[in-house]
Amino acid sequence: MTTYGTVAVIIYLLLSPVIACTLSGVDRVVTARMQGRRGPKLMQPWYDLVKLFSKETTSVNDIQKILVMAHCFFAIFSGAIFFAGGDVMLVLFALTMSEVFLILAAYSVNAAYSEIGAQRELLQMMAYEPMTLLTAVGFYLATGSFKVDKIISTDLPLIIKMPGFFIGFCFVLVVKLRKSPFDLSTSHHANQEIIKGLTGDLSGPVYGFSELAELYEEVLMLGIVGLFFMTKEPVSLLWAFIAIAVVMFCMSLIDNIFPRVKWEALLKAAWLVTFFAGGANLVILSLAERM
Amino acid sequence: MRISKSPWLLHYDGSSCNGCDIEVLASTAPRFDVERFGIINTGNPKHADIFLCTGGVNSQNKDVVRQIYDQMPDPKVVLACGICACDGGIFKDCYNILGGTDTVIPVDVYVPGCAVRPEAIIDGVVKALKILDEKAEKMKRGEYRSLTSAEYAEKIASKDGSDGEALQEEKDA
Amino acid sequence: MPVLAFLILFPFAAAFILFFLKKDSKGRSFLVIFCALAELAASVYFAIDNYLHHDMEMGTYYLSDTHTADMFIAAGEFCLMLLVFSQAIRFKKYYILLLSALGTIPALYLDLMGISETTASHLKVDHLTVIMVLVVGIVGSLICIYAVGYIRDYHNHHTEYRDRSGYFFSMLFVFLGAMMGLISSDNLSWMYFFWEITSVCSFLLIGYPQTQEAVTNSFRALWMNLLGGCGFMAAIIFCVCVMEITNISQLLLFAAIPAMAIFPVGMLSFAALTKSAQMPFSRWLLGAMVAPTPTSALLHSATMVKAGVYLLLRLSPMMYGTYVGIMVTAIGGFTFFAASLLAITVSDGKKVLAYSTISNLGLITAAAGCGMSEAVWAGIMLLIFHAVTKSMMFMSVGAYENSTGSRDVEDMHGMILRYPKLAFVMTIGIFGMSVVPMGMCVAKWAALRAFVDSGYIYLTLFLCFGSASTMFYWTKWLGKIFSVSRESARHEDTVHGSEWTAIYPLTVTAVILCLVYPLISTFAVTPYIQNAFSGSLNRLVTSVPADSSLGIASNAETAQAISTEDFIIMGVMLICMCILPLGMKYVNSVQERRVLSYMSGFNTGNDRGFYDSQGEIKEQYLSNWYMPDIFGEGKILKPCLMLASAFLIVMMTACTVGGLFI
Repeated sequence: MTTYGTVAVIIYLLLSPVIACTLSGVDRVVTARMQGRRGPKLMQPWYDLVKLFSKETTSVNDIQKILVMAHCFFAIFSGAIFFAGGDVMLVLFALTMSEVFLILAAYSVNAAYSEIGAQRELLQMMAYEPMTLLTAVGFYLATGSFKVDKIISTDLPLIIKMPGFFIGFCFVLVVKLRKSPFDLSTSHHANQEIIKGLTGDLSGPVYGFSELAELYEEVLMLGIVGLFFMTKEPVSLLWAFIAIAVVMFCMSLIDNIFPRVKWEALLKAAWLVTFFAGGANLVILSLAERM
Repeated sequence: MRISKSPWLLHYDGSSCNGCDIEVLASTAPRFDVERFGIINTGNPKHADIFLCTGGVNSQNKDVVRQIYDQMPDPKVVLACGICACDGGIFKDCYNILGGTDTVIPVDVYVPGCAVRPEAIIDGVVKALKILDEKAEKMKRGEYRSLTSAEYAEKIASKDGSDGEALQEEKDA
Repeated sequence: MPVLAFLILFPFAAAFILFFLKKDSKGRSFLVIFCALAELAASVYFAIDNYLHHDMEMGTYYLSDTHTADMFIAAGEFCLMLLVFSQAIRFKKYYILLLSALGTIPALYLDLMGISETTASHLKVDHLTVIMVLVVGIVGSLICIYAVGYIRDYHNHHTEYRDRSGYFFSMLFVFLGAMMGLISSDNLSWMYFFWEITSVCSFLLIGYPQTQEAVTNSFRALWMNLLGGCGFMAAIIFCVCVMEITNISQLLLFAAIPAMAIFPVGMLSFAALTKSAQMPFSRWLLGAMVAPTPTSALLHSATMVKAGVYLLLRLSPMMYGTYVGIMVTAIGGFTFFAASLLAITVSDGKKVLAYSTISNLGLITAAAGCGMSEAVWAGIMLLIFHAVTKSMMFMSVGAYENSTGSRDVEDMHGMILRYPKLAFVMTIGIFGMSVVPMGMCVAKWAALRAFVDSGYIYLTLFLCFGSASTMFYWTKWLGKIFSVSRESARHEDTVHGSEWTAIYPLTVTAVILCLVYPLISTFAVTPYIQNAFSGSLNRLVTSVPADSSLGIASNAETAQAISTEDFIIMGVMLICMCILPLGMKYVNSVQERRVLSYMSGFNTGNDRGFYDSQGEIKEQYLSNWYMPDIFGEGKILKPCLMLASAFLIVMMTACTVGGLFI
């Protein structure tokens, strides 16, 4: 691990919750303004998180708590691999594993809402996973390495070589970050028919852990968005931040203007976008690299 | 950080005429926008801090109210919104109505009105937040645990006389 | 040599004795366990001996002059044909006669006329053989031990089937012997003989329950495998008559000029595709699920289906960039994807395992078809992990069925409290099949990398989509196991000692294998690959620019696709996962308040039901998603089979025309 990597991991571990909370606070304010409301304070998500950890722990069974903690641990772990400059593929696999633990926690409570949330989360995973894997493959084809520290040392920003991957990735990002229209398994909004589904039976600090994991995941996902814009010039960091801001704004917009879709529509849409945007870009990139 | 900075709310409609429910929803809508105070309508007892009840308790939903109340993690406050939730209101003498919310669970704040106005609801919530902070403070010191619905039922039963007296005592407390 | 002969012949001898022990007795159980352990010990000894005393790089060759043995084999082939004939006539399946005769008569002709006689060695032992001997020896023997307890319960549950358990054990051992012969043969005719034994044996094992369904399914397995056998025979005839070679190792010398050998390689690959139940032929493996579980475990995890991919992995250096390579990769990749979708839609535990087996074999097939060192590395790793993990899964499903009378995934609800030991084993199995620090997923990762490097774009896409659906069906199964109902009582399982004797070692092996991953790679897989691809090295270098930015493995040294750093990270993850159960004790040391799960306030108190609007208790039933309207067997199975058949016919015609006439 390089010095930069060490610093990045430490920053990631310490600041991610604050950064992600701020981002999500901005998101909530922007959403409120789009709806003609004032909206909460900027640091509201942070207050929410701290509150959850100060509440009483209640649980439904013996295994729920440990599963959620494992989920949180592996989510943080996968982000740490990413920011240490590790293998993107391994990052994605570790992330999948952390998701599996959350799904198991939801299954374990044996209640209708949780279970349907778990099934939908599984479906969401199935919808976004091909694209995230393909994105990693795209990085490999474009730079010759799966390692993040190699990927960011290119001359030209990768978005030039991989626009299709970028579009596809942003599309599945909506699924991954559970924004409407794809917030099937659980939602940030109150208006959900399955009462928070996946996380419906988590409470207090246990719920806090799952929220924390989500914050770390969000930072990781935005990191991957940034990866499309990074080059070996330090100034590219600025471009990456701008791109992340734009992507975040578009997410809020989409979140606000689209109603929730059915799961069939989600699966079809995600796979079609993956196949056409990701697949086409993959073919072109693969042929171009072979020339 | 005080817990009142992030009060999440659970709205339960007992057997209300829906007048109060519409007002509750109105207060979360843009005009009154309770999200300004960080209040979110969670719809899930396991995430909620404030239990907001409208309508009286009837013989069919009494166990539901109890169960939902028990599923909420401490610290928690209960808010009875509208006169029906306070003491049964206009439906008080109906064959199926047991009375206000406090016939089954302990209530912290009573917000009367028929229907209750959004301003009154927000006012009541703000009052509830103070109680919530106090409870959180006590809980941190290990001096406080809220009653479960079963304990509350025992408490009511052990009191002499009618429900009304028990209710009065609760109010005084 | 004596050890190898023991490995091959001893199971046959054991089978012969067991055939006459019809009654279930202590003595017979002891004999089965003893024979299995002997075979297991012999295979381990064989591996160690080879490592210490033989030159594994070049392979050790045995038996060059085998006139007498050849005659025995000819006789054996004739007997097999007679056996098949008698069964076919008995059940009036006359097309079987044709298929069997087509394969066997040329073989007899070649043997008896002495055309295929050769002075080249008939048996060869190299790294891949040793790996396979270990897989078959350890997993296969444990399955035989497992069968001892299983078959007793099986007949207690299914009194309608005639108890022919002596015959059953005898077949299991014949199978083991045939597999050992198959993987150590270098001579094609010998391999063909063992190949046919496994076909016939699987036919007999599948038909064991003797129900109408079992008979139909067993004949389906038979005709598909015999068809593959005919392909094998065609390859042998071409090799002997046109190319004047008799051995696989000689065939592999043509790797530098694959155009010469396109016909035999194509035909052998075809045979391998049938044996490994790839897409147009996948139905025989599903049908085989009617048989008792040890059969399924033996056929589908450790041995029979592995014979096909073993042959493909052997032939892999010949497939780089040829028509055959395209055929094998496309069929394999497609099977991986389609079977994983189909696995979502079935709820019968063994059927899920069957589809998952087909799917994973598809991946190995695709890896072999790439013809690149990295891909073969991944393929061999997949083969090892799949054999261990899948047989463990089969055994625990079988044990669960014997304990509860059902093997449906839906009925495994809350298994973690009811049958904790079995649930634990299954959890390890499912994790092993699907998530990353465990073996399968790591090998899959290596395969993905190899596919990208080899430029097979469709394989990359198949793999990305296929792993998503694979995740889906495993995780929902795992979810079922983890669904805990309040107040569930622990049930006593009726799993026999012999079954645990087989399941526990496999579970331990599955976990240990993940930890020693790099060792397997360094000491067994990489040396084999270096050797196998050394002949075709020049071709690889010329076809791919050496300075390619893709970092394509232009020499065999870089066969290891995953860096040491990643292995360390995965090791850490694995350890974290092992700590989990211990962490649970710690986390739960502070007893917090228990609440009911949320059911809109109508929970009846034990998470199993709710009060309906009349105040009555309604049992709740939580089912997994199977999505039959989207991926159902009725919906996509036929189109998939037709597509695969059409593609296979076109490619086989191309291979035949290209190989014979150009």
